[in-house]
Amino acid sequence: MTSYRPHPRWAPWAFIAPFVVLFAVFTAWPLLRSLQLAFEQTYGPQTTVFVGLKNFRYLATDPLFWHAVTNTLQFTLWTVGLQVPVALCLALLLNRPNLRGRAGFRLIFFSPSLVGLVFVAMLFLPMFEKRTGLVNIWLHALWPAWSLDFPWFETYTMTALVLAAVWTGAGLMMVYFLAALQHVPAELLEAAQMDGAGPLQRFWHVVLPEIRPVLGLMSLLSFVGCMQLFELSYLMLGDSGSAGGRGFSIVMYLYQMGFTTGDLGYASAIGWVLALFLMAIAFLQRRLARRQLED
Amino acid sequence: MRRRLTLAVVYALLVLFAGLMLTPFAFMLASTLKTKADFVNTLFLPDGDGWLGVGWDRLTLANYRRLFVELPMARALLNSAFLASVGSIFATLFSAMGGYALSKFEFRGREALIRLVLGALIIPAPLLIAPGFQNLWKLGLLDTYTGLIMPGLAPAFGVFLFRQAMLNAVPSELIDAARIDGAGEFRIFFTLVFPLVRPMVGAFLMITFLGVWNDFLTPQVVLQSPDRYPLSTTLAMLRNLDWNDYGLVLAGTLVSIAPVMCLFLLLQREFISGLTSGAVKG
Repeated sequence: MTSYRPHPRWAPWAFIAPFVVLFAVFTAWPLLRSLQLAFEQTYGPQTTVFVGLKNFRYLATDPLFWHAVTNTLQFTLWTVGLQVPVALCLALLLNRPNLRGRAGFRLIFFSPSLVGLVFVAMLFLPMFEKRTGLVNIWLHALWPAWSLDFPWFETYTMTALVLAAVWTGAGLMMVYFLAALQHVPAELLEAAQMDGAGPLQRFWHVVLPEIRPVLGLMSLLSFVGCMQLFELSYLMLGDSGSAGGRGFSIVMYLYQMGFTTGDLGYASAIGWVLALFLMAIAFLQRRLARRQLED
Repeated sequence: MRRRLTLAVVYALLVLFAGLMLTPFAFMLASTLKTKADFVNTLFLPDGDGWLGVGWDRLTLANYRRLFVELPMARALLNSAFLASVGSIFATLFSAMGGYALSKFEFRGREALIRLVLGALIIPAPLLIAPGFQNLWKLGLLDTYTGLIMPGLAPAFGVFLFRQAMLNAVPSELIDAARIDGAGEFRIFFTLVFPLVRPMVGAFLMITFLGVWNDFLTPQVVLQSPDRYPLSTTLAMLRNLDWNDYGLVLAGTLVSIAPVMCLFLLLQREFISGLTSGAVKG
């Protein structure tokens, strides 16, 4: 039996203090203030007027807001819907036993995840350009009926945004899927094979249920991230990204309201609606995941 | 026979995907080395009678020269390096300290703090844009590096990750033994606990470094003086300045991406294992 020597009472507080102080000043306090702000109208950070529920009532029938919601949802569903299968395919390909060069391929697929969204926008901007853009030139070469003047930014804005987002996000997701695949017990797979299950059956009945928690979590994180679309449309699209354009997103509206119009109150209201929606989605997904785990 | 065929298909698909993933990088690199005329006329490198049929002599470093001589790219690079280093070092330190307090100490208020950290994990960033701006204005921190860096120094996400890591990797008996030997609390933390969670420290440094380096919205909102701009906002400014000069914009992009790519190549093993350590089990 060793003689137990307790820590001084101040010790845990000394370690947690930086977090608590910074969190209080830069997160908790502004968050409380934003609850208040959402019921105010402001002209820049100085002048505020209490307006009650007016911000929310106006938001409910604001055509620009609903336009932004439709765009953002469309972007999100397409991006998540493409990213998950692409990332899963890459992970399955890399998960083959005795594969040579796995580390190299993993590095290549992962590398776009390091590129910030601003830089992704800059990178894809010239690629979707008419005539000189790589995308149109390659599609034209593969399929001569494809026009070199295909208007990506003017008309097919969403497709361009989704392609850029999938390029940059799939690799990170793949890393998680690969880690999950490597945790699937080998005995289960062998047992299934002995029972005569083919590769597709093994994937569907053995692998998929095992990796479903990671699949669900990554889809949720991707969904939440995509709903915050800002940099890609702000920097790639110029005019068609601005108010009412095809790439106009919720966070862009929030940004314009807060910093171009100068109404931080209305911007806060938009922020709260988006945050509550995302929290509700996260809550539902977690509950669904827990129920599946119990079954 | 069938096995080899499948393997060939797997490799073919992998190479195809790898090619698609690398195309934007190759396109970027080639474009930065070309004149405006060559950018319009050739897709990757211009034809010529040099090695591999490429006109190597037509390539130029003019875009990079303009970036560093005429435009404030060097300044932006230094700004970004400074912001990301300071931000990541302190965010990692504070997260590790917070995680340590919440995993290895019993004290009143601990459960409430843990619940606070878990609750803070689900706050989406856009919610804090408008009130955060107002807050910084009230504190007189707009257009300062303090205002840009401080709000990111105590990520709940980091406290959570370090708490999980320390619950598993740091035996409480070891800490008690050190106390009995008379080691001070901070000495225990820096010389005993920190080394035990080294993989997590490496991964989290990298995550926060990347986060600050790639952040656009915060500097866009907080900073007003262009000489304080990091790479992200400088590049956005550049694009508005010279809308059609893609060679120049892409050179700026390459200069912005290259440092983090190199850093990652050096640290990739720690980074990837750190990334996935929490997610798969939980």
